[in-house]
Amino acid sequence: MRGYAGKFGDIDLSTGKIKETRFGDEVLRQYLGGRGLATKILWDELGARWETVDPLGPENILTVFTGPLTGYYPGGRMCISGKSPLTLGVVGSTVAGEHSIDMRCAGYDGLIIREKAEKPVYILVTDGQIEIRDASHVWGKDRVETYRTLTREGIEELERRSPGTREWREPSILHIGPAGERMSRVTAVQTKWTHGAGYGGYGALMGSKNLKAILFKGMGPLPEAYDMVRTRELLREVTRARFKDDAMRRWGTGSAGYDVGARLSSEPVRNWQDEWHDEKSFGVDKFEERVWVKRYMGDFGCPTTCLKLAVVSSGPFKGSISDNPDYEIQAYGGTNLGIFEPEGNVHICSVMEDLGFCGIQVGNVIGFAAELFQRGILTEKDLGFKLKWGDADAFVRLMRMIAERKGVGDILAEGTHRAALKLGEMKGRDLTKYAVVEKGHGIGAHGVRSRLDYVEELSYPCSVQGGDHTSPAQRDLRKGDSELTAMLYDTGVFCWFNAELDYVWDFLQAVTGWPITRDEWYGNMALRILDIQRALLLFGGPDITWKPIDDDDIPARWYEPLPSGPKAGRAVDPKVLVEDRQKYFEDVGWDERGIPKSSELKRLGLQDVDKKLRRFLR
Amino acid sequence: MTAKEPIWIMRELSRCSGCRMCEIACSLHHEGKIWPEASRVRVFMLVPGADFPHLCTQCHDYPCVEACPVEALSVEKLTSAVLVDREKCTSCMSCISACPGRIPFLHPGDKKATICNLCGGDPECAKICQEGNWDVLRVVERTKEHSYKLYARRPEEVTRELVKIIYGERGKELI
Repeated sequence: MRGYAGKFGDIDLSTGKIKETRFGDEVLRQYLGGRGLATKILWDELGARWETVDPLGPENILTVFTGPLTGYYPGGRMCISGKSPLTLGVVGSTVAGEHSIDMRCAGYDGLIIREKAEKPVYILVTDGQIEIRDASHVWGKDRVETYRTLTREGIEELERRSPGTREWREPSILHIGPAGERMSRVTAVQTKWTHGAGYGGYGALMGSKNLKAILFKGMGPLPEAYDMVRTRELLREVTRARFKDDAMRRWGTGSAGYDVGARLSSEPVRNWQDEWHDEKSFGVDKFEERVWVKRYMGDFGCPTTCLKLAVVSSGPFKGSISDNPDYEIQAYGGTNLGIFEPEGNVHICSVMEDLGFCGIQVGNVIGFAAELFQRGILTEKDLGFKLKWGDADAFVRLMRMIAERKGVGDILAEGTHRAALKLGEMKGRDLTKYAVVEKGHGIGAHGVRSRLDYVEELSYPCSVQGGDHTSPAQRDLRKGDSELTAMLYDTGVFCWFNAELDYVWDFLQAVTGWPITRDEWYGNMALRILDIQRALLLFGGPDITWKPIDDDDIPARWYEPLPSGPKAGRAVDPKVLVEDRQKYFEDVGWDERGIPKSSELKRLGLQDVDKKLRRFLR
Repeated sequence: MTAKEPIWIMRELSRCSGCRMCEIACSLHHEGKIWPEASRVRVFMLVPGADFPHLCTQCHDYPCVEACPVEALSVEKLTSAVLVDREKCTSCMSCISACPGRIPFLHPGDKKATICNLCGGDPECAKICQEGNWDVLRVVERTKEHSYKLYARRPEEVTRELVKIIYGERGKELI
């Protein structure tokens, strides 16, 4: 077996027992790693009783997986999964960083983390060794304190084991913030200060296990590739191709905060009441000149380095630190809250990261709350203050309430979908029409009403990851931004932004030695993963069960016409959605309700999934 | 390509993106593998955002070479690089202690002292850093009039300076 370290750390946090798990060639050849392998393992272990598994209960499993291309293909990432506290299915949530490289260099392809620790702990992964250590002293601490304290402890431990042999580098780290500890469903698994695996709500899953952080330091080389000569050639080719992407390298997605609104009219503005703006104060030139202190920032092996480091150096938000912010957080920590200037946006983003939130999910829920305030449904009495569009200080106050689960914050901590149900019950009216979510999951900052952006009417309703804009269904199954292709990035595991589709198949073959072709991926492997994810999403539970078709719909807001911009008056035509959805179901082998067909599941060797699906649907 | 004259790898630490393409280039060249902890240039990130490459600066008085009790270390005249004779090296770590920046390290494989050898005059790390336009590492002619030894500093010391440039007043509370 090539391209793999060959073993997975299997950790039981309640007993402290740690064992090594190995998967056979056949399993890895079919599911590779990351999202694919996580889906397979979660199905095998929890599938039979999926609908009764509480995602925040000890029985849920947290998977932290790399893939065979991690570290070889430029821009390695880690894929976090488990039963999602938001969608109740499986979400492959990836994040860049040296942790994925360090894990493989330490001799592990991934970690399977079970049960719940009695007290706060962190896990230290080093060469062939996994240790569970006390984390009481960093429980409640933010990104700065957690990073500083734990990386120093890691360095001390490494020095203790091999004194004097070198100046030790910091171990790489995955961690959660205070909001994750309190199991808010809108939280991320964070790394460094400014990155997070946000989708899925896995910060809450780590919190539910009393797991504050995971540290990694590997001293070995990456696991051996099947054909290193070819791998090196391909690495050269992809690197060269990436170097030519001047716009992405210069601005990252930071130019989109203005551009997606002004040009594509698909950016959330004031909780998606609009998707167009022409606020030049939010142009990337303003970010560049006022807050970017580093023009290129990236993680291990990334030729693109699309991130930038932003620091506010004066004024009321002085000392705020974030990345660009990247487009999603420009939107969700900016335009969606009525904030159209860099300093306020960086400040919001900085607080999100201090508290451990997923910027998209928390931006979605506080935008939702602000619309309720605008409409007089949530009042100053409910909140304790006015929540007005554009008031960064008020939004920060609300985020702190969510992190501390105080007052209304306790309800909003459950995410937009659940908050809409709960508040609706309290206020005696339907509030779900203001919730811009897909299967419990706040939607990424790319709307479909203008149809000028890359997402289509069916993209979110048909995705097996809910509102995840990095995994959108597309009519053309083999497009570079389709769900089946995104699944390759999440399974590989590497960054979408470095994906050069002319090379990835060759890359996969060179590293693993397996004759995996484009046709094999789209015709079998990807569908296998998709079908299991769809089945688990439909099983859902225990608090919510998604209904096929009824819940495979867009948010109500997108049936309202766009109020302004180049496509003013345009709304989603339900007929288009229904037709495209039916066609998509057929193309991926699902029946008219979106249930994977028996014949298709049998063809893919998923008889057990078929059996459970039929039993469940009866 | 080999150098016709002594060279130095000029560094602009505050520009470092933390991409570690230098480590990949270095370890592929010297080890034939992607091996971050065997790379002669290692990027430290004691404070996120304050990433920087840590590599030999070729001090004029070569304290590491002086400190080696078995003469395993020598200076390559053409390039000014420190060379390690791995047969002679006893892994005593004297070179690490002698270096003001603790830059040499024991190789994670054979446990021998490991130091940048300037790739014979055409360093791979600087090549990729230039090609990628990050311009953190650049090959220049080595003159006799500069105190290159100033750049042999321990990572903590470098970080303390960098956070001031990057994070301003808030810097000191971040380290």
